[in-house]
Amino acid sequence: MSSNEMTGMTTSSGEALQENRVPIWRLRKAAANYIALIPYLAFALFPFYIIAITSIKSKQEINNLGESPFWASGIAVENYTFLYTNTSFFEHWMVNTLIVTTVSTIISVTVGILAAYALARLKFRGVEMFGVAVFITYLVPQTLLFLPLVDVINLIDDFIPIRDTYWSLILTYPTFLIPFVTWLLMGYFRTIPVEVEECAYLDGCSRLGALFKVVLPMAIPGIICAILFSYTLSWNEFLYSLVFIQDEYAKTLSVGVFTELIRGDIYFWGSLMAACLLGTLPIVILYGFLMDYYTSGLTQGAIK
Amino acid sequence: MASIKLTNLWKHYGDVQAVRGINLDIGHNEFVALVGPSGCGKTTTLRMIAGLEDITGGEIEIGENVVNEVPPKDRDIAMVFQNYALYPHMSVYQNMSFGLKIRKTPKEEIDKRVQMAAEILNISELLERRPAQLSGGQRQRVAMGRAIVRDPVVFLFDEPLSNLDAKLRVQMRTEIKKIHQRVQTTVVYVTHDQVEAMTLADRIVVMNEGVIEQVGTPNEMYSSPKTHFVASFIGSPSMNFMNCQLAKTAGGLAVRLSDDLSLPVPEDRTARYAPYADKEMTFGIRPEHVTEKRPHANGAQQDIDANVNVLEPMGVDTMVFFNLGPTEICARAEPTSVSEVGETMGFTVSMDKMHLIDPSTGAVV
Ligand SMILES: Nc1ncnc2c1ncn2[C@@H]1O[C@H](COP(=O)(O)OP(=O)(O)O)[C@@H](O)[C@H]1O
Ligand SMILES: [Mg+2]
Repeated sequence: MSSNEMTGMTTSSGEALQENRVPIWRLRKAAANYIALIPYLAFALFPFYIIAITSIKSKQEINNLGESPFWASGIAVENYTFLYTNTSFFEHWMVNTLIVTTVSTIISVTVGILAAYALARLKFRGVEMFGVAVFITYLVPQTLLFLPLVDVINLIDDFIPIRDTYWSLILTYPTFLIPFVTWLLMGYFRTIPVEVEECAYLDGCSRLGALFKVVLPMAIPGIICAILFSYTLSWNEFLYSLVFIQDEYAKTLSVGVFTELIRGDIYFWGSLMAACLLGTLPIVILYGFLMDYYTSGLTQGAIK
Repeated sequence: MASIKLTNLWKHYGDVQAVRGINLDIGHNEFVALVGPSGCGKTTTLRMIAGLEDITGGEIEIGENVVNEVPPKDRDIAMVFQNYALYPHMSVYQNMSFGLKIRKTPKEEIDKRVQMAAEILNISELLERRPAQLSGGQRQRVAMGRAIVRDPVVFLFDEPLSNLDAKLRVQMRTEIKKIHQRVQTTVVYVTHDQVEAMTLADRIVVMNEGVIEQVGTPNEMYSSPKTHFVASFIGSPSMNFMNCQLAKTAGGLAVRLSDDLSLPVPEDRTARYAPYADKEMTFGIRPEHVTEKRPHANGAQQDIDANVNVLEPMGVDTMVFFNLGPTEICARAEPTSVSEVGETMGFTVSMDKMHLIDPSTGAVV
């Protein structure tokens, strides 16, 4: 009887909680969702884990087959110091990669935005064909495309010395970045209601004004996506970098690590892993910063 | 604040002729409704006035100036789009002030105008919100507010109420009328809803298949439509049409609907209809001019009896469907006076309200 009175007043927090208990079936459903994620996580994160754990092992521990490869007995920094003292990892490779990636991303996204906007909005003859052509360029494998590009780079090198400098990469990366970015943004621009842009014209904007003040702000998620992908693609780029650059100081991360930390059949495992880990960090940080914008639906509420 | 003049205006989209040579004069501060079925070229006409669509042929004048070559940004026109087209990345305040900011209006002036427009539209407390946080009706108001603050020479509306639910639509309709009375401007209002056009406009322009069928005041459109299309489009429920023969009788003319049913034409119309005697014509009469049996107000009323097919009570009136000759028509009767379905009922037809259409031309004669 007294408990009846209690529920009437709902003063005890314990009882209030009991009334709001999550039903079992809902918990089961949530558990099922998490369980479904496990195989994915195993594939996605396990290599990363091995990289991290190996990078903090000492040389002896790595070479000792008696030790478990999945666990480290302590934290050793020798692999990291090796990168600093014996290679150009921080001083050149990292810096080169940052410069090449940043500059080629800026170029590609800028050119891509303009091209994609034109292809999505302007109604000139053959615009469809042009869109398809952009996509086809993107499909040509890099492994074929580098052959003629070598010729082009050599030709330019006759006038301006760009071989063996990161300029050769800044010049060639946009060849695969621009088609990709254009294709991605073209789809995005098409989802922006044309009436919103027309409204900007009636409000007094020129075409360029409407692009900067209305269309681009609405396209931010698409542009962020383009930046992320373009950054990742050039950060990980290997082939052009391998072909165009032999000078150790001009190398990018992907090629520097591959050529300097693997000597014939000798693998500097610890340092290799440390380099891999450090090499992914800038990308992870970039994603962390931009992900919020990327996922927010900015075009919501424009129409209806 | 300007007049608009359209002269022989054409628009082709490839092979599609969306607008086919229309001529229209819209007066200073006049509220004109463009009405017609979907696909008849209303939006295209409006977009050409705004400058959003190139003109294939003809001329558009706004306030004495030919604007064919003037870009939209210099036409000083505000448009409310069917889907509102708000700037989703801006607050309501920024949405409304955007046009003024582009035109470099002083800040205090912008603030004054936005506050005033927000007050008119009852959205003062929404100014800090983003469009995504608004309901459909509120977005609609913001779209209108964005147009009002600009104080443009011409207001264009493209079916602004078609995305609202029925109740809100009626409410906003009244508000648009009030706003126009308060903010005197030239308005071109596109709608496919003839009720909206009738209630709002000073003059109605009925369009069909890219041409103008008729221009006139709401009352003119209702009482003297010039074509079969206008007669059928204006009025709700729409006019009844029946094939008939215009027969000569001893006293004058009669509308012969079947072998045993003829309705005499009022005397004052005999001269007007005489050239069409003995021809196959279309007889038109509005439901409200076919009522339950009533005392005759003048000599033009005719009584008939018929079996009731269907009843549709509407509250104030009941719509009664019955066969007149071979065609089923609709009458508008006092709810207490209708018979049961299947039973015979007496009707009074006001022949002085009849319309006669020449089916070969579609013109009301
Ligand atoms: N951009 C366009 N391209 C091709 N045809 C169009 C275009 N816009 C409209 N049309 C055609 O022009 C005609 C008139 O369209 P519209 O003015 O939008 O009609 P309404 O607004 O009266 O419904 C329609 O037949 C439509 O299919
Ligand atoms: Mg339309």
